Amino acid sequence: MAGLFEPARHGGASLTLDAVEASILRSLTVQMLELLGPEDEPDEDADPLARLFAEGPSKPPADPALARLFPDAYGEGDDAAEHSAEFRRYTENDLRTRKRDDALALVRGIDGGSSGRKGRVVLHLKAEDCRHWLGALNDLRLTLGTRLDVSDDPEEAEALYRLPDEDPRKPLMMAYLWLGGLQETLLDVLMGN
Amino acid sequence: MSVAPVEIERTESESATWEVPDPDTPWVTIVHNDPVNLMSYVVYVFQSYFGYPKEKARKLMMDVHHKGRATVSSGSREEMERDVQAMHGYGLWATLQHDK
Repeated sequence: MAGLFEPARHGGASLTLDAVEASILRSLTVQMLELLGPEDEPDEDADPLARLFAEGPSKPPADPALARLFPDAYGEGDDAAEHSAEFRRYTENDLRTRKRDDALALVRGIDGGSSGRKGRVVLHLKAEDCRHWLGALNDLRLTLGTRLDVSDDPEEAEALYRLPDEDPRKPLMMAYLWLGGLQETLLDVLMGN
Repeated sequence: MSVAPVEIERTESESATWEVPDPDTPWVTIVHNDPVNLMSYVVYVFQSYFGYPKEKARKLMMDVHHKGRATVSSGSREEMERDVQAMHGYGLWATLQHDK
Protein backbone atom coordinates (compact mmCIF):
# COMPACT_ATOMS: atom_id res chain seq x y z
CA MET A 1 0.00 0.00 0.00
CA ALA A 2 1.34 3.42 -0.92
CA GLY A 3 2.08 6.03 1.69
CA LEU A 4 2.45 3.80 4.76
CA PHE A 5 5.16 1.54 6.17
CA GLU A 6 5.15 -2.24 5.90
CA PRO A 7 7.51 -4.85 7.30
CA ALA A 8 10.24 -5.71 4.79
CA ARG A 9 10.80 -9.37 3.94
CA HIS A 10 14.37 -9.42 5.26
CA GLY A 11 13.91 -7.17 8.29
CA GLY A 12 13.59 -3.39 8.39
CA ALA A 13 10.71 -1.53 6.79
CA SER A 14 9.43 -0.78 3.31
CA LEU A 15 7.68 2.32 2.11
CA THR A 16 6.34 3.26 -1.29
CA LEU A 17 5.53 6.93 -1.83
CA ASP A 18 3.89 8.38 -4.89
CA ALA A 19 5.69 11.34 -6.48
CA VAL A 20 3.57 13.93 -4.66
CA GLU A 21 3.98 12.26 -1.25
CA ALA A 22 7.74 11.97 -1.71
CA SER A 23 7.96 15.61 -2.71
CA ILE A 24 5.85 16.81 0.25
CA LEU A 25 7.77 14.74 2.79
CA ARG A 26 11.12 15.87 1.40
CA SER A 27 10.11 19.50 1.32
CA LEU A 28 8.74 19.46 4.90
CA THR A 29 11.95 17.84 6.11
CA VAL A 30 14.16 20.35 4.29
CA GLN A 31 12.12 23.15 5.87
CA MET A 32 12.73 21.60 9.28
CA LEU A 33 16.47 21.38 8.53
CA GLU A 34 16.42 25.10 7.71
CA LEU A 35 14.61 25.75 10.98
CA LEU A 36 17.20 23.70 12.90
CA GLY A 37 19.89 25.80 11.25
CA PRO A 38 23.41 24.87 10.15
CA GLU A 39 25.95 23.38 12.47
CA ASP A 40 27.77 26.15 14.35
CA GLU A 41 31.08 26.62 12.60
CA PRO A 42 33.79 28.26 14.67
CA ASP A 43 35.85 30.96 12.88
CA GLU A 44 38.24 29.55 10.30
CA ASP A 45 41.17 30.95 12.23
CA ALA A 46 39.96 29.46 15.49
CA ASP A 47 41.64 26.53 17.14
CA PRO A 48 40.15 23.30 15.71
CA LEU A 49 39.69 22.16 19.28
CA ALA A 50 37.43 25.13 19.91
CA ARG A 51 34.63 23.24 18.20
CA LEU A 52 34.83 20.46 20.76
CA PHE A 53 34.43 22.91 23.59
CA ALA A 54 31.92 25.19 21.92
CA GLU A 55 29.07 25.98 24.28
CA GLY A 56 25.47 25.99 23.21
CA PRO A 57 22.95 28.75 23.86
CA SER A 58 21.68 29.47 27.35
CA LYS A 59 18.26 30.83 26.36
CA PRO A 60 15.31 28.87 24.94
CA PRO A 61 14.81 29.37 21.18
CA ALA A 62 12.40 32.18 20.26
CA ASP A 63 10.63 30.10 17.61
CA PRO A 64 7.81 28.12 19.32
CA ALA A 65 8.50 24.94 17.32
CA LEU A 66 12.20 25.03 18.22
CA ALA A 67 11.27 25.79 21.83
CA ARG A 68 9.18 22.59 21.78
CA LEU A 69 12.07 20.57 20.31
CA PHE A 70 14.49 21.99 22.90
CA PRO A 71 12.49 22.49 26.12
CA ASP A 72 13.80 23.59 29.51
CA ALA A 73 15.16 20.68 31.58
CA TYR A 74 14.28 22.14 34.98
CA GLY A 75 10.66 23.09 35.56
CA GLU A 76 10.41 23.60 39.31
CA GLY A 77 12.37 25.29 42.05
CA ASP A 78 13.92 28.72 42.57
CA ASP A 79 16.99 27.92 40.49
CA ALA A 80 15.10 26.26 37.62
CA ALA A 81 15.88 29.00 35.08
CA GLU A 82 19.57 29.06 35.99
CA HIS A 83 19.91 25.26 35.90
CA SER A 84 17.97 25.05 32.63
CA ALA A 85 20.32 27.60 31.06
CA GLU A 86 23.37 25.64 32.15
CA PHE A 87 21.89 22.34 30.92
CA ARG A 88 21.09 23.97 27.58
CA ARG A 89 24.66 25.23 27.14
CA TYR A 90 25.99 21.70 27.42
CA THR A 91 23.30 19.72 25.61
CA GLU A 92 21.50 21.77 22.96
CA ASN A 93 24.25 21.56 20.32
CA ASP A 94 24.30 17.76 20.59
CA LEU A 95 20.50 17.59 20.43
CA ARG A 96 20.44 19.79 17.34
CA THR A 97 23.05 17.55 15.72
CA ARG A 98 20.97 14.46 16.44
CA LYS A 99 17.81 16.01 15.01
CA ARG A 100 19.70 17.28 11.98
CA ASP A 101 21.18 13.78 11.38
CA ASP A 102 17.73 12.17 11.62
CA ALA A 103 16.25 14.66 9.15
CA LEU A 104 19.21 14.27 6.76
CA ALA A 105 18.80 10.48 6.84
CA LEU A 106 15.18 10.93 5.77
CA VAL A 107 16.08 13.27 2.88
CA ARG A 108 18.91 10.97 1.73
CA GLY A 109 16.56 8.00 1.98
CA ILE A 110 14.04 9.64 -0.35
CA ASP A 111 16.77 10.76 -2.76
CA GLY A 112 18.31 7.28 -2.77
CA GLY A 113 15.03 5.39 -3.20
CA SER A 114 14.51 3.37 -6.35
CA SER A 115 11.94 4.70 -8.77
CA GLY A 116 8.85 2.69 -9.40
CA ARG A 117 6.07 3.12 -11.91
CA LYS A 118 4.56 6.60 -12.39
CA GLY A 119 7.32 8.31 -10.42
CA ARG A 120 6.78 6.27 -7.28
CA VAL A 121 9.66 6.16 -4.80
CA VAL A 122 10.31 2.73 -3.30
CA LEU A 123 12.26 2.61 -0.05
CA HIS A 124 13.71 -0.25 1.97
CA LEU A 125 14.97 0.94 5.35
CA LYS A 126 17.38 -1.03 7.50
CA ALA A 127 16.92 -1.04 11.28
CA GLU A 128 19.33 1.90 11.74
CA ASP A 129 17.53 3.94 9.05
CA CYS A 130 14.20 3.13 10.73
CA ARG A 131 15.38 4.75 13.97
CA HIS A 132 16.50 7.92 12.13
CA TRP A 133 13.19 8.07 10.26
CA LEU A 134 11.20 7.52 13.45
CA GLY A 135 12.99 10.45 15.12
CA ALA A 136 12.63 12.69 12.08
CA LEU A 137 8.92 11.89 11.68
CA ASN A 138 8.34 12.69 15.35
CA ASP A 139 10.25 15.99 15.10
CA LEU A 140 8.25 16.87 11.98
CA ARG A 141 4.98 16.19 13.81
CA LEU A 142 6.12 18.27 16.80
CA THR A 143 7.04 21.12 14.47
CA LEU A 144 3.78 20.99 12.49
CA GLY A 145 1.76 20.39 15.66
CA THR A 146 3.19 23.60 17.15
CA ARG A 147 2.43 25.57 13.97
CA LEU A 148 -1.13 24.20 13.94
CA ASP A 149 -1.54 24.82 17.67
CA VAL A 150 -2.70 21.24 18.21
CA SER A 151 -4.14 21.01 21.73
CA ASP A 152 -5.57 18.47 24.15
CA ASP A 153 -8.90 20.27 24.17
CA PRO A 154 -11.38 17.90 22.46
CA GLU A 155 -13.38 20.70 20.83
CA GLU A 156 -10.32 22.39 19.38
CA ALA A 157 -8.99 19.05 18.17
CA GLU A 158 -12.32 18.29 16.53
CA ALA A 159 -12.25 21.67 14.78
CA LEU A 160 -8.79 20.95 13.36
CA TYR A 161 -9.98 17.59 12.03
CA ARG A 162 -12.93 19.26 10.29
CA LEU A 163 -11.22 22.26 8.73
CA PRO A 164 -13.07 23.50 5.63
CA ASP A 165 -11.17 23.09 2.36
CA GLU A 166 -10.55 26.84 2.02
CA ASP A 167 -8.86 27.08 5.44
CA PRO A 168 -5.17 27.96 4.96
CA ARG A 169 -4.23 25.41 7.64
CA LYS A 170 -5.87 22.53 5.78
CA PRO A 171 -2.83 21.34 3.74
CA LEU A 172 -0.60 21.44 6.84
CA MET A 173 -3.21 19.55 8.86
CA MET A 174 -3.50 16.85 6.20
CA ALA A 175 0.28 16.49 6.15
CA TYR A 176 0.27 16.30 9.96
CA LEU A 177 -2.29 13.47 9.94
CA TRP A 178 -0.44 11.57 7.22
CA LEU A 179 2.86 11.88 9.14
CA GLY A 180 1.02 10.39 12.13
CA GLY A 181 0.03 7.41 9.99
CA LEU A 182 3.59 7.04 8.72
CA GLN A 183 4.98 7.12 12.23
CA GLU A 184 2.35 4.74 13.60
CA THR A 185 2.97 2.15 10.86
CA LEU A 186 6.74 2.46 11.29
CA LEU A 187 6.25 1.82 15.02
CA ASP A 188 4.11 -1.24 14.19
CA VAL A 189 6.99 -2.60 12.13
CA LEU A 190 9.59 -1.84 14.82
CA MET A 191 7.50 -3.31 17.64
CA GLY A 192 6.58 -6.34 15.56
CA ASN A 193 2.84 -5.68 15.82
CA MET B 1 8.56 3.46 61.90
CA SER B 2 8.42 5.86 64.83
CA VAL B 3 6.41 8.97 65.42
CA ALA B 4 8.35 12.14 66.20
CA PRO B 5 7.25 14.21 69.22
CA VAL B 6 5.12 17.19 68.26
CA GLU B 7 7.64 19.81 69.47
CA ILE B 8 10.42 18.46 67.28
CA GLU B 9 8.14 18.41 64.26
CA ARG B 10 7.40 22.07 64.77
CA THR B 11 11.10 22.93 64.97
CA GLU B 12 11.73 21.13 61.69
CA SER B 13 8.97 22.93 59.85
CA GLU B 14 10.21 26.33 61.10
CA SER B 15 13.67 25.69 59.75
CA ALA B 16 12.40 24.27 56.47
CA THR B 17 12.45 27.59 54.61
CA TRP B 18 16.26 27.83 54.51
CA GLU B 19 17.05 24.16 54.70
CA VAL B 20 19.53 22.86 52.13
CA PRO B 21 18.16 19.87 50.21
CA ASP B 22 19.43 16.57 51.49
CA PRO B 23 22.13 15.39 49.06
CA ASP B 24 20.85 11.83 49.47
CA THR B 25 17.40 12.78 48.22
CA PRO B 26 17.11 11.24 44.79
CA TRP B 27 16.33 13.20 41.67
CA VAL B 28 13.58 12.14 39.33
CA THR B 29 12.87 12.44 35.62
CA ILE B 30 9.31 13.50 34.85
CA VAL B 31 7.67 13.15 31.45
CA HIS B 32 4.84 15.60 30.77
CA ASN B 33 1.80 15.09 28.59
CA ASP B 34 1.70 16.78 25.21
CA PRO B 35 -0.99 16.67 22.55
CA VAL B 36 1.26 15.60 19.65
CA ASN B 37 3.31 12.56 20.64
CA LEU B 38 1.63 9.26 19.73
CA MET B 39 0.81 6.95 22.64
CA SER B 40 2.52 4.07 20.85
CA TYR B 41 5.64 6.20 20.36
CA VAL B 42 5.83 7.07 24.07
CA VAL B 43 5.56 3.34 24.94
CA TYR B 44 8.29 2.61 22.38
CA VAL B 45 10.60 5.22 23.94
CA PHE B 46 10.06 3.91 27.49
CA GLN B 47 10.79 0.37 26.30
CA SER B 48 13.78 1.09 24.10
CA TYR B 49 15.55 3.73 26.22
CA PHE B 50 14.80 2.53 29.76
CA GLY B 51 14.44 -1.14 28.82
CA TYR B 52 11.13 -1.31 30.69
CA PRO B 53 8.87 -4.28 29.96
CA LYS B 54 5.89 -3.48 27.75
CA GLU B 55 3.36 -3.50 30.63
CA LYS B 56 5.36 -1.02 32.72
CA ALA B 57 6.05 1.19 29.70
CA ARG B 58 2.35 1.17 28.87
CA LYS B 59 1.28 2.00 32.43
CA LEU B 60 3.72 4.94 32.58
CA MET B 61 2.43 6.20 29.23
CA MET B 62 -1.18 6.01 30.53
CA ASP B 63 -0.13 7.95 33.65
CA VAL B 64 1.40 10.66 31.46
CA HIS B 65 -1.75 10.73 29.34
CA HIS B 66 -4.34 10.78 32.14
CA LYS B 67 -2.51 12.50 35.01
CA GLY B 68 -0.53 14.90 32.84
CA ARG B 69 2.84 13.63 34.04
CA ALA B 70 4.66 10.57 35.33
CA THR B 71 7.94 9.89 37.09
CA VAL B 72 9.82 7.61 34.72
CA SER B 73 13.19 7.22 36.46
CA SER B 74 15.10 8.23 39.59
CA GLY B 75 18.73 8.46 40.61
CA SER B 76 21.54 10.99 40.91
CA ARG B 77 21.23 14.42 39.36
CA GLU B 78 23.79 13.52 36.67
CA GLU B 79 21.86 10.36 35.76
CA MET B 80 18.61 12.29 35.54
CA GLU B 81 20.19 14.97 33.35
CA ARG B 82 21.26 12.18 31.04
CA ASP B 83 17.73 10.74 30.97
CA VAL B 84 16.16 14.15 30.36
CA GLN B 85 18.58 14.83 27.51
CA ALA B 86 17.69 11.45 26.01
CA MET B 87 13.95 12.17 26.34
CA HIS B 88 14.44 15.54 24.59
CA GLY B 89 16.35 13.67 21.88
CA TYR B 90 13.29 11.47 21.34
CA GLY B 91 11.05 14.55 21.39
CA LEU B 92 9.33 13.85 24.71
CA TRP B 93 8.76 16.79 27.03
CA ALA B 94 10.74 15.92 30.18
CA THR B 95 12.14 17.72 33.22
CA LEU B 96 14.16 16.69 36.25
CA GLN B 97 13.68 17.74 39.84
CA HIS B 98 14.37 16.71 43.41
CA ASP B 99 12.07 13.93 44.54
CA LYS B 100 9.55 15.11 47.16
